[in-house]
Amino acid sequence: MFQQLRTATLILIAMTILTGGIYPLVVTAIAQVVFPSAANGSLIRQGEQFAGSDLVGQSFSRPDYFWGRLSATAPVPYNAAASSGSNFGPLHPGLKAATEARISALKAAGSTGKSIPVDLVTASASGLDPHISPASAEFQVPRIAASRKMSEEAVRDVVRQSTAGRQLGVLGEPRVNVLRLNLALDQRKSN
Amino acid sequence: MTANGVLQLGLYLGVLLACVKPLGLYTARVYSGSAPLLEPVIGPVERLFYRLCGVDRSKEMTGRQYSVAVLMFSLVSFVAVYAVQRMQGWLPLNPESLPAVSPDSSFNTAVSFATNTNWQGYGGESTMSYFTQMVALTVQNFVSAAVGMAVLVALIRGFTRQNTDTIGNFWVDLVRGTLYVLVPLSLVLAVLLVSQGVVQTFDAYHEVTLLEPTVDAEGKAINTQTIAVGPAASQVAIKQLGTNGGGFFNVNSAHPLENPTPLSNFLQMLAILLIPAALCFAFGEMVGDRRQGWALLTAMLVIFVPLLVVTVMAEQAGNPVLAKLNVDQTDADSQPGGNMEGKETRFGIANSALWAVATTAASNGSVNSMHDSYMPLGGLVTMWLMQLGEVVFGGVGSGLYGMLMFAIVAVFLSGLMVGRTPEYLGKKIGAFEMKMASLAILFPCAMVLVGTAVAVTSTYGRATIFNSGPHGFSEVLYAVSSASNNNGSAFAGLGANNPFYNGLLGLAMLVGRFWVMLPVLAIAGSLAAKKSVPVGPGTLPTHTPLFVMLLVAVVIVVGALSFFPALALGPIVEQLQMAKSNLETSS
Repeated sequence: MFQQLRTATLILIAMTILTGGIYPLVVTAIAQVVFPSAANGSLIRQGEQFAGSDLVGQSFSRPDYFWGRLSATAPVPYNAAASSGSNFGPLHPGLKAATEARISALKAAGSTGKSIPVDLVTASASGLDPHISPASAEFQVPRIAASRKMSEEAVRDVVRQSTAGRQLGVLGEPRVNVLRLNLALDQRKSN
Repeated sequence: MTANGVLQLGLYLGVLLACVKPLGLYTARVYSGSAPLLEPVIGPVERLFYRLCGVDRSKEMTGRQYSVAVLMFSLVSFVAVYAVQRMQGWLPLNPESLPAVSPDSSFNTAVSFATNTNWQGYGGESTMSYFTQMVALTVQNFVSAAVGMAVLVALIRGFTRQNTDTIGNFWVDLVRGTLYVLVPLSLVLAVLLVSQGVVQTFDAYHEVTLLEPTVDAEGKAINTQTIAVGPAASQVAIKQLGTNGGGFFNVNSAHPLENPTPLSNFLQMLAILLIPAALCFAFGEMVGDRRQGWALLTAMLVIFVPLLVVTVMAEQAGNPVLAKLNVDQTDADSQPGGNMEGKETRFGIANSALWAVATTAASNGSVNSMHDSYMPLGGLVTMWLMQLGEVVFGGVGSGLYGMLMFAIVAVFLSGLMVGRTPEYLGKKIGAFEMKMASLAILFPCAMVLVGTAVAVTSTYGRATIFNSGPHGFSEVLYAVSSASNNNGSAFAGLGANNPFYNGLLGLAMLVGRFWVMLPVLAIAGSLAAKKSVPVGPGTLPTHTPLFVMLLVAVVIVVGALSFFPALALGPIVEQLQMAKSNLETSS
């Protein structure tokens, strides 16, 4: 038994060197050389600083910005240092309350469409979802157009540029990157 | 289901089944002692391992010695993971200066990773340093998976050998499984994941400027966002391949930096079932009758596919509570629709539900959506798949040896029906094997039911339930089912990072791992000592549709009888409540 314990310890040490040291270092080396941007968080550079990440959503509440999914992270929404979902069960009163609050906020901001796409009024799993569905973007187009004094068609043009279809034509869902979309809107204004 | 949903599910199953034969064949060769494909590269490393660790690869072990080796290795693993967490504050690669993890959480996590459960009471990015993630957790992701495969291979040798008291060398099986199977696959997958945007860096967390500043609860202006990063891809790859499931970040593969695109999602889902499915083929190959492996794989699919369809449909139907608020939950080209609470836009309904079913069918336990927010029927499926004993694909190695326990029970039952001594793969199944198989099946069942009862009847257990009513009961039932069957996923509303749950679930994970593994190894030793009997006219063939249906029936009857009362108190009541509130408003 003592012999077995000794072998177990030695094997674990050897495994630790290989799978806990060499393996992650090799992956890191390949990643940093071949895919440096992706390996470091797909950050969006703007001049000297970073305006965010392509993959991590931000919180928006101004009428002239597109809004993303609800976020259940604490203490602020879209806290990318502490990801979290709401964990509301389907009958939890908090789920209904959060949805109602979002609907009122959308109305107050000037989005008046009758039937609201579900992803716009529910919290994402991560609390950091960078995307909304094309339907949720379309729902907000009239509001953005009015508050930015643009034509709806012009807004839709910008939306289209931030929209991705299913990957390889089949995988996943069509989606709009909210941060990219809002940055593009601001860019357009400053031109 | 939408047409595209059906297409994506079909594509997934198609690619998975296409990989079964090549990987199964390769794996069978690895454990039979030859692996010519990677031998020139890995052979020298393998021999270095044996030399440094003093392993005599020709020395065979009895069932008892094999068991002791498994236990010793698991014990040393537990101690190492516990120690690294407790000393985290003094160790390097800790740019966020995270302090030592609490004793009870360290205990729970050490058990969790050493038993291939990877239940997580903690949030990764706010608890574990890069050093802990790599040196403690990633290592266990590899070796705990390799232990499961080793025990499976030992059991297979019990069937194939005769008149001997040995079933292989645990150290050799452990090293070969890791070096030849897990490391190469992980290396490839990790690099593919990085290409999609999974982070792999040792930099500190990034600080970025928010486009629209916000205020926190106390009215303080927040202008920046801190984005947690780290060496994630290397860990995520093996977490998926080794049916581990412990996420780098708190929300696991729902996190956009852990699973950024539909393609990364597809690859990670494929990795969940890849090895468990391929091992079925390897099993057939090693026992010299491939049909035996296909039969077991078919039995798994017969249970898997209908449950997958139920879950996708339940989630796509959406939440009646939101329907009343004029929320549009219909699926269209422009939106996924359905129950999107706790789901990511890029995955929608089909990919979230598929992941949920795959991860609970296998004892993986990673998630790409929040199971706590599933519709009652969707939640029921995920819970029940774990309660079946993690034998529908199940963990790498552990799923198949669990299924073989059910196969032993199935041949025993049919033996009773026709009044003959039962045989499986040429070995007579005696009273000892039956006793051990029953123990392996019943212990985790008992742990789930007793553990849940203890938790819901104690004030400590009830104190941290998040949802009220039957859904709250489901949170506890889910947690104990997950731990007792070494799955690791959660209804995450339950606050489980406290001494009560860390202790209870730690115990459940130990029972679920070793009270199955030790009876399996006992059977392996006992079978190896027997001689093989030739197939006779009275032998029940175990590769036929008849046997597949018998096996499926045994798995389902045991699972249904054991857990129907408990499920009735949770998701079934919740479903009825939902139907009732629907009726009230529509009348």
